[in-house]
Amino acid sequence: MNIKPQALSAASAARLGRWLVSGPPLLYLLLFFAIPSLIMVLASFRSPGEFGGLAPLWEDGKLDLNLDSYARFFSEPIYAQIFLKSVWYALFTTLFCLVLAYPLAALIAQSPRRYRDLLLLLVILPFWSNFLIRIYAWMIILGPNAAVAKTVNGVLAWFGHEPVPLLFSSFAVLICLVYVHLPFMVLPLYANLEKHDQALLDAAQDLGANAWQRFWRITFPLSLPGVYAGAALVFIPALGIFAIPDILGGPGDSLIGNIIKQQFLETRDWPFGSVLSIVLTVAALALAGLAAWVGRRNLGTPSSAGDARA
Amino acid sequence: MALLEIQNVTRRFGDFTAVDNVSIGIDAGEFFTLLGPSGCGKTTLLRMIAGFDLPDGGRVVLNGEDLANRPPEQRPVRTVFQSYALFPHMTVEGNVAFPLRMAKTPAAEIPARIAAALEDVRLQGLGKRYPHELSGGQKQRVAIGRALVTHPTVLLLDEPLAALDAKLREEMQLELINLQKEVGITFVYVTHDQTEALALSHRIAVMNKGRVEQLDEPSRIYGFPRTRFVADFIGQCNLFSGPVTPGGDGIVTLTVPPLGEVRVATASKLPPGRSGTLALRPEKIRIQTAAPGDTRDNHFPGTVADMLYLGDVTVYKVATPGGMRVEALLANSQSGSARFFEVGDAVELSWAIDAGHFIEE
Repeated sequence: MNIKPQALSAASAARLGRWLVSGPPLLYLLLFFAIPSLIMVLASFRSPGEFGGLAPLWEDGKLDLNLDSYARFFSEPIYAQIFLKSVWYALFTTLFCLVLAYPLAALIAQSPRRYRDLLLLLVILPFWSNFLIRIYAWMIILGPNAAVAKTVNGVLAWFGHEPVPLLFSSFAVLICLVYVHLPFMVLPLYANLEKHDQALLDAAQDLGANAWQRFWRITFPLSLPGVYAGAALVFIPALGIFAIPDILGGPGDSLIGNIIKQQFLETRDWPFGSVLSIVLTVAALALAGLAAWVGRRNLGTPSSAGDARA
Repeated sequence: MALLEIQNVTRRFGDFTAVDNVSIGIDAGEFFTLLGPSGCGKTTLLRMIAGFDLPDGGRVVLNGEDLANRPPEQRPVRTVFQSYALFPHMTVEGNVAFPLRMAKTPAAEIPARIAAALEDVRLQGLGKRYPHELSGGQKQRVAIGRALVTHPTVLLLDEPLAALDAKLREEMQLELINLQKEVGITFVYVTHDQTEALALSHRIAVMNKGRVEQLDEPSRIYGFPRTRFVADFIGQCNLFSGPVTPGGDGIVTLTVPPLGEVRVATASKLPPGRSGTLALRPEKIRIQTAAPGDTRDNHFPGTVADMLYLGDVTVYKVATPGGMRVEALLANSQSGSARFFEVGDAVELSWAIDAGHFIEE
């Protein structure tokens, strides 16, 4: 080993540079992500305070840490049920977004290059107005005096059916969940499909594959990295959402996000709210990990997966 | 009736005529090459045979059947693409099995068919690999094996060796020749590489600007180019053009302005004053210190202006007093008596009157 002093100092300068570049974001994440998460984990083992918040950690000379809130989550089935319902809503949202986004992303990817940016702009256009305002807009669209409700109920009346309220229902929640998350599915899918090589489809056709077989055997498997990315981007936020059920849902449409919000703001049971948050985070991480694992297993080809990745 | 008949096929893209009234008959078991510079229409023609493109005029007839209404997936024709176009998410076996699955081959037969195809292209033992784990030559073989596994009537190859390095390309050329003999399937090969075309083909159609300039065996294409374009495109060639003066005994004299009078043995009966071109290969020209003066050969003095030492041969570019550049080739296998020249040497060029090929214009 014969390292020259200059080389050594160059190496340490490079190391210093790396720290200068990565230091601030690391510090930020530590302060505003890691430490709050740890506080939440700690809070989940503490007792609720008499008037909300947390009971003192150190009382009567002993440490007040317990599993009471966890026990409550597992002993009262209502929470598991709401949690499961949230998973179903998120799964439905993901699936519906996929079904709607795939043809749209494919259409954009296949359209002439000069129109693509415009079409993508249209996809992300809703982001230009506030999230809550867009949800309130659905109140108007689905309201009892709007054209949609009148048409639907008119058709139902024709079949002799009672009119149904569209607003404040699971239907309203689901339709808005899909609406809000659709761009998050379109963008990664587009980024993937846009890179597909037309020669592969030509080859498949040349080798005897019809249009459906070309899609199912070539396009779809190669788009899986985009599908997984889009699914994660839709599923995880949809799982924790509370604004949409709050505004558009009926009394039975509370999801896990609403319960967490309730625990912190209304019931003021911080430990239990923390437990619910932790369960939500762990479930989301587990599902994302599972999806990544399945994805890696299905795509034994790093090159194709790499090429096709967004 | 040939196996594959291209009858008066025309294809236009806007104002541009990519393929202009081309008629070619390709026989069963033939190794046929479409040769030409890029933009000559050879790939467009290939795509029309495969079915990816349809002619604006004329017909593509295979085994007596007009293919116009058959989409690519229903033609008994397979293509080997220049980019290989292997499916990256499938193993070698998966790629080769793909056309079998599409053809609803019974599952029990598939393993044996894959094994046979991989043996044909000498890829035994690599069946479980993914395309990204293969070298360029191996990918090429997978593409060929995949195209041949269903025993198509015609195999189309679109510049399949263009992406390989020189050494591997030569190896693959020999393998393609052997493979074609073995499987007996008609190959239609597209290339812009004239040496490749000459080496591989039974017959070559030289294309230029959407038309077939000459359709012939390789040796005739090389030895007897019918047009200036063919002479120039195939290998190196000196082209001497000028008005003709017919002489007796099947000899005409060309008056080439920067060179002088060149005598050519030809059966051509061009009237005096019309123009003709002598296509003369560099290897047919002798380059010496002094030409023997007692023959009927053409001989002209000149000065070596440039030389390229290529190992097996040396190429001399000789400038004549009239300002013409003549390319002559000297094999370095000549030993002893042969004299080698340097830039600036005064030399004498000579060739027999029947050494070149006369092209009427």
